[in-house]
Amino acid sequence: MIITVASGKGGTGKTTVAVNLALSLDSAKLLDCDVEEPNVHTLLHPDDMQTSPVTVPTPIVDQEKCTLCGKCAEFCQFNAMFVGKTKVMIFNEMCHSCGGCAIVCPEKAITEVERPIGNIHESDIEDIHLVYGELKIGEPIATTVIHAVKTHISKDGLNILDAPPGTACPVLETMKESDYLVLVTEPTPFGLHDLAMTVDVVRELGMPLGIIINRAGIGDDGVVKYCKENDLEILMEIPFDRHIAELYSRGVPFVQEMPEWRQKFKDLFNHIERLVKNGK
Amino acid sequence: MANEVAVISGKGGTGKTTVCAALGLIADEIVMADCDVDAPDLHILLNPTNRTTNEFIGGKVAVVDYDLCTDCGLCETACRFNAITGSKIDPIACEGCGVCEIVCPENAIQMVDRQSGNLYDSDTRVGRMAHAKLLPGEGNSGKLVTEVRKLASKIATDNGVSTVLIDGSPGIGCPVIATVTGIKLGVIVTEPTLSGIHDMERVQELLAKFKIKATVIINKFDLNMENTEAIERYCKDNDIEILGKIKFDHIMTDSMVAATTLPEFAPDNEISQLLRKVWKRIIELLP
Repeated sequence: MIITVASGKGGTGKTTVAVNLALSLDSAKLLDCDVEEPNVHTLLHPDDMQTSPVTVPTPIVDQEKCTLCGKCAEFCQFNAMFVGKTKVMIFNEMCHSCGGCAIVCPEKAITEVERPIGNIHESDIEDIHLVYGELKIGEPIATTVIHAVKTHISKDGLNILDAPPGTACPVLETMKESDYLVLVTEPTPFGLHDLAMTVDVVRELGMPLGIIINRAGIGDDGVVKYCKENDLEILMEIPFDRHIAELYSRGVPFVQEMPEWRQKFKDLFNHIERLVKNGK
Repeated sequence: MANEVAVISGKGGTGKTTVCAALGLIADEIVMADCDVDAPDLHILLNPTNRTTNEFIGGKVAVVDYDLCTDCGLCETACRFNAITGSKIDPIACEGCGVCEIVCPENAIQMVDRQSGNLYDSDTRVGRMAHAKLLPGEGNSGKLVTEVRKLASKIATDNGVSTVLIDGSPGIGCPVIATVTGIKLGVIVTEPTLSGIHDMERVQELLAKFKIKATVIINKFDLNMENTEAIERYCKDNDIEILGKIKFDHIMTDSMVAATTLPEFAPDNEISQLLRKVWKRIIELLP
């Protein structure tokens, strides 16, 4: 089963929910798909990590064979090739690795080599198998690294995915194939606005979803009203509590200091499992 | 050219938009640019009146002519984005590269323009505002960010306004790179949490890579003094100026719930006064 924790707005508590949920269960895979700014490890503090690179095919030009005809640059939709007076220049960061330039080159002067754009880290902490991706600084395309994280999804076990914020392509790349989506929001106008945006997207994808309101009590009742009007289930409310915020700041998942929450997260999981089994 | 200042954070939810709107209100003359085109929120505080809307064409998408298609499967094999299954195109997965079009022996595939979002030119009580909304699942956020910045700079130049204030998106990928390339100053809003520090360091490294001057605002600094001191040490070691430290105060959320900026909601509040000093310093740092 795949449960993805997402939110339109950043900083609402996705990682907090994903980590505390995973810690409350007997065994889970926790996959941090926010590869631009992965944060799960700042709460779980893995020390023994296995790291493997994520690479993408990137063109190189055999300048001996190249006749500077310009077909590659003309084809490239991403402005990653520039044909100068004496040679072809390639802007690696712009390249989407489609392979088209190598196909259109009439001289077969273009081949592709693997270029690292990030890393995948793996570690076991308590009963959790953590996998997280890390996009190299300066690399723009996160989806390839997300895809690499997702290859670690186990078919039989439970997988909890921590999604990046927003609703653009990295988020949809994370969400697809999920059995259930947990959307974490905060009761503020920003939280509501970005939640509504995400709900519209998820409904279009036809995925079952439920809402967790984090920092309940800080803002207004807009999110609760919205959930009622749109027939959305509020799965859990985590109250605004300076103690929880302080624990988070020190990198401590709050179920470790407030063990009564473990049962609440277990109940949450059992509830989601029932919903998924009943095809809701 | 107007001076562009971008408020960014790496981590989401550290207070970028709240700080950015407040600084916009404090500024004498400003053009605002919301470059968080994926989840824009600045309009909630600035309540813009739209002047013009333009469709944003971010790239292309493959379309199959099934009268010509023979289901040979060459396109499916050639597509690196798993966007073709049984001659059907998944427009969300399609990157618009055009490889399927060139490998199709029947010329049955055409690349057509796709609308990826909308670009808006608006008026607000603090000044003109360029903003946008990416359509769900679209991937060309970087290009749309560039369009927002171009529009904001044009408005500034046409109206003799010297500064553009940009509200950025979280992360360090495509939209953030498009937000910061060539700006004059980056203002990183961080918080004294381990994740806030981790993400601040990554976005600061991104600014350094693009040779952009970075400054820092520590939000909720009194939540964890030890971490605040760690941020201060990091900034000192990396020669980064801390523009201000904002205490953990409910009033930040209250002003947001009232859909207004902090200096309007509580003009005499110490955070409003601090942000006035921060803006003065930002102006001093600009060329």
